[in-house]
Amino acid sequence: MREFGYRRAHDVSGAVALLDGDPDARFLGGGTNLVDLMKTGVERPALLVDVRELPLDRVEPAAGGGLRIGATVTNSDLAAHPEVRRRYPALAQAVLAGASGQLRNMATVGGNLLQRTRCGYFADVHSPCNKRAPGTGCPAVTGEHHNHAVLGASGHCVATHPSDMGVALAAFDAVVSYETADGPGEVPLADFYLPVGETPHRETALPPGALITGVTLPPVPTAANSRYRKVRERASYAFAIGSVAAALDVRDGLVHDVRLAFGAVASRPWRARAAERVLTGAPANAENFAAAADAELAAARPLPHNGYKVTLMRNLVVAVLSELAEEAAR
Amino acid sequence: MTTATRGAVGTAHTRVEGRDKVTGAARYAGEIPFADLAHGWLVLSTVARGRVRSVDTEAVLAMPGVLTVLHHHNAPRVTTDYVGLLGVPPDPTVALFQDDRVAHMGWPVALVVAETSEQAREAAEALVVHYDREPHDVAFSAERDTEAYPADGHMPAVVEKGDLEAGLAASAVVVDERYTTPEEHHNPMEPHAATARWEGGRLEVVDSNQGTNWVAGELAGLFSLDPASVRVRSEHVGGGFGSKGVRAHQVAAVMAATVLQRPVRVVMTRRQMFSLAGYRSPTAQRVRLGADPDGRLRVLEHRSLNLTSAVYEFVEPSAAAGRSMYAADAHHTASRVVRLDVPSPTWMRAPGEAPGSFALESALDELAERLGIDPIELRVRNEPSVGPVSGLPFGSRNLIACFREGARRFGWAERDPRPGVRRDGRWLLGTGTAAGSFPTTAMPSTAAVTAEADGTFTVRINAADIGTGARTALTLVAADALEVSTDRVRVHIGDSDLGPAIIAGGSMGTRSWSWAVTAAADELRRSLVPGADIPPEGITARSNTAEAVGALAQKERHAFGAQFAEVAVDPATGEVRVRRMLGVFAAGRIVNPLTARNQLVGGMIWGLSMALHEEAVRDRSTGGLYGADLAGYHVAAHADVPPIEADWVDDPDPDDPVGIKGIGEVGIVGAAAAVANAVWHATGVRHRSLPIRPDRVLSAGGDA
Amino acid sequence: MPPSTSSELTLSVNGEKYTLTVDHRTTLLDALRERLDLTGTKKGCDQGQCGACTVLVDGRRSVSCLQLAVAAEGREITTIEGVASGDRLHPVQQAFLDLDGFQCGYCTPGQICSAIAVIEEHAAGWPSAATGDVRPEAGPPALTPEEIRERMSGNLCRCGAYVSIVQAVARAAESEGAAA
Repeated sequence: MREFGYRRAHDVSGAVALLDGDPDARFLGGGTNLVDLMKTGVERPALLVDVRELPLDRVEPAAGGGLRIGATVTNSDLAAHPEVRRRYPALAQAVLAGASGQLRNMATVGGNLLQRTRCGYFADVHSPCNKRAPGTGCPAVTGEHHNHAVLGASGHCVATHPSDMGVALAAFDAVVSYETADGPGEVPLADFYLPVGETPHRETALPPGALITGVTLPPVPTAANSRYRKVRERASYAFAIGSVAAALDVRDGLVHDVRLAFGAVASRPWRARAAERVLTGAPANAENFAAAADAELAAARPLPHNGYKVTLMRNLVVAVLSELAEEAAR
Repeated sequence: MTTATRGAVGTAHTRVEGRDKVTGAARYAGEIPFADLAHGWLVLSTVARGRVRSVDTEAVLAMPGVLTVLHHHNAPRVTTDYVGLLGVPPDPTVALFQDDRVAHMGWPVALVVAETSEQAREAAEALVVHYDREPHDVAFSAERDTEAYPADGHMPAVVEKGDLEAGLAASAVVVDERYTTPEEHHNPMEPHAATARWEGGRLEVVDSNQGTNWVAGELAGLFSLDPASVRVRSEHVGGGFGSKGVRAHQVAAVMAATVLQRPVRVVMTRRQMFSLAGYRSPTAQRVRLGADPDGRLRVLEHRSLNLTSAVYEFVEPSAAAGRSMYAADAHHTASRVVRLDVPSPTWMRAPGEAPGSFALESALDELAERLGIDPIELRVRNEPSVGPVSGLPFGSRNLIACFREGARRFGWAERDPRPGVRRDGRWLLGTGTAAGSFPTTAMPSTAAVTAEADGTFTVRINAADIGTGARTALTLVAADALEVSTDRVRVHIGDSDLGPAIIAGGSMGTRSWSWAVTAAADELRRSLVPGADIPPEGITARSNTAEAVGALAQKERHAFGAQFAEVAVDPATGEVRVRRMLGVFAAGRIVNPLTARNQLVGGMIWGLSMALHEEAVRDRSTGGLYGADLAGYHVAAHADVPPIEADWVDDPDPDDPVGIKGIGEVGIVGAAAAVANAVWHATGVRHRSLPIRPDRVLSAGGDA
Repeated sequence: MPPSTSSELTLSVNGEKYTLTVDHRTTLLDALRERLDLTGTKKGCDQGQCGACTVLVDGRRSVSCLQLAVAAEGREITTIEGVASGDRLHPVQQAFLDLDGFQCGYCTPGQICSAIAVIEEHAAGWPSAATGDVRPEAGPPALTPEEIRERMSGNLCRCGAYVSIVQAVARAAESEGAAA
């Protein structure tokens, strides 16, 4: 780890000014990902601007009936918040499925969205990696990739996004707001992560030097009947190999509204819009749930050792939607 | 010297150092303060095979706080031309910086020493090392058997009795299956750490290891020092499991302390441990069992392949696991090894028995399935009266008693043998069982027991407590031998100046040390005159068990265990959860039921973890590990571990002078097989490759 | 001018103030162990992957290996050395000792600090991934062994003392509940 400067910001505009668009500077939130990456040498910032004391630590009603979540709200506070648990239970479940109690106490909402892939080649600075060192290649394509992407990847990078929280946010049409030296801006989460293509090192649509200030959830009545299910290689404290955030509103046996997003299958939280289209208006039964999953997964391009993810995601979609349908029918 | 229980032994006793451990007062190797301490950081190779062409030290030496950079041009010379305490030459990997050769990815190529650990780390990361890269070969698989050769490790490589082909031809049923286990790493929670300094002409090393006079002897050998001039201390040890012998960190610390003439500490990072701390070789095994319709074995054949490094031969003797387990007319077992460009593997909890029992005990379950015989009954029918290949009598063998007691408590009698027929919501349920054993060994040790003037007793024995509870166990043993209460006994361990004693390893520590402590205590009691005053310096008696150990009659001596597991498998997601486990063991006299139960359960959790989680993935292209950290290498976490019970049956051996068997390893043996057999019972799908990950469950089909 | 790479700061640990100059690279974990001689907090992985370095920061459990010391200024830090009341062990410490909730002891301070927080988080009504229904209307979950195991999963124990650790946490939670 190289030596670096440290500044503590006390207001949003001050934080942006302290960073000053310096490409060698980073905002420091909970540090749970950045400090680790600094230890492994993946990140070598010259300056850290600590944003933990910014007044962005509230979960508040948003105009229009949604919820506004400040960027420095910790994962723990987000998951414990009564309005989140009542109106968007899948979001609380997704956050609780991530990391550990200790890490959730430290990690922030803004940092969670910006966390980097857990691909082992990315984390090992002596390995080639197009995301970390553009142009060096992607050893995962022919190497270890049993937990890599099956959707939306390219030959340049098959890494997945590790966030659980982001999967639920994607399902509920969250919008990310940020601040730059030129003023505030916002971008829907659906457009927040860039396509992989030939530029896997370019990950988000945030302008240079921008600070995430919060996430706004629109009112999604269906989200009150929602669930997050995560499959991983131990029962807790592990990243997903596949996850689903789902919300379902069934009226008279027909799907009135459905929200579906997948985790651990793509470079970003994957909103399953093709599946939602198949289901909307259709009878809420297992056959249609499976058909919807198939519609989404038709685009999957598995590698030799991660084809199981297609089966896994299909089964997860059917299982989670069936549970939600049964519970709603009770 | 056989002693009846006098009170302390056999009664639960909290750890004597327990208060220090729950308050944070217990100091481990990297936590003892030293004035003028410098910090060393190891630099590891980034190629898997080749030569170091040059090391660019100039820029790094100019960095803040940097004191020196040791590498193959300037490091002190060492020799590997000696044989250590365990009777084997050292792994040349510990002869750091002696030449330009790189034998595996993560090979130590330099040590950077600086005033602070932050400075040392940054300088180590900044050090540019140029290599002449050579092609490497790290690809392990069953197909490599053609290049492998049989090798004796701590067990003979090949043991053959009877006519294999004739036995197979005469068998009504033959099971012939292949099993694999992956590379597994010890990962004790405390990383390897050592501080070395020269003090009054003696080399002093504060270290985290499994035997201080073992490590002291290795350092004396490497650096050509008078063994009496080397002192190694290791008071508290944060786990070892076979990984904490002589390793790069101690050697590097000694080199730097010698060059700088000040104390130097070297601590491995977790990532470095994956290259430097040893590991369990992957195995590719084949088991052939031939049996009569009643289940009696005609043939037991077990062949195992493991890997070792290009520079050292270490054998994971998996095929030896069955040599004392089951009678068979033809009994053939062979362990073979192939050399690859990888770090040297080493002993890891139940070396051989852990992976070997997975294959053998899975195969037994498959045979039971084929024959329609209950798995426990199958084992009863093949119970030997003497050693199946040795012909020697057993010291004590109570495996069947373990199964009977375990079956009763686990509810085995109600088990429906059909696979794939029990459901609880999304989960398929199944139960499985397996047997295990581990050799009972004693090695020579010395001890001293002093009667103090204040009426207390001081025991000095160079034991190591790596979490086993040895310090407490020896307190109980000494108290009984002295016929005093435990609060009058103080036990000093973990210091090579205490004299020679065997290491904490091979499940032989507590047995060997107890023998020496009891002998010294008996000697002391003989020399004490009742009613006479004790002089201020106390009265000390000493023991050395070398002669007594050597005189021990040849027998088959083992601890045994019966393992039971219930699992739940979600066929939609491939998730496997263990719902409960029970282990019943025959392990001689149990010294401290509180810590013994904990240690046995810990071994069973290792088996669970081995069955479901642990796998180090070696990348064939780079030659290094993929995801070499505790997020990439999964060990069981709290949520993976259900209620697990361990208990024991009476296991007396009237002819044994100690009566204590080791329990550090028998807990893991058979545990992974019990889980895998339960997964078959739940799903009807047999998993012969560990770990049983969700992707493997999904890919194996059996879609419900 | 490049920014300074070290700072003088005051850390508040176990109720005491310590003023020191730290390299910004120094983690809270290293500051505790190397500078303040509070070695009860352990370094198991230095990457947030094991929980051995768990301390309480403003009463909340955190991994000190991923927290920079400079960023910890102004926060109240409690380590294993600060949880007992004089000679009287904290109920969690006492339960770990009595029920043998450890073997080698290296993960133990982290397990204990984590367990203290688990009991408080549960008392505050926080759900976990083991909680069937997270909606507030469902009420707080009972602190079952399954809840304890999930909530403690950020603390690895390689010796495998998990079974007795869970028993110890349950016992301590009961005794604190009884005392409340």
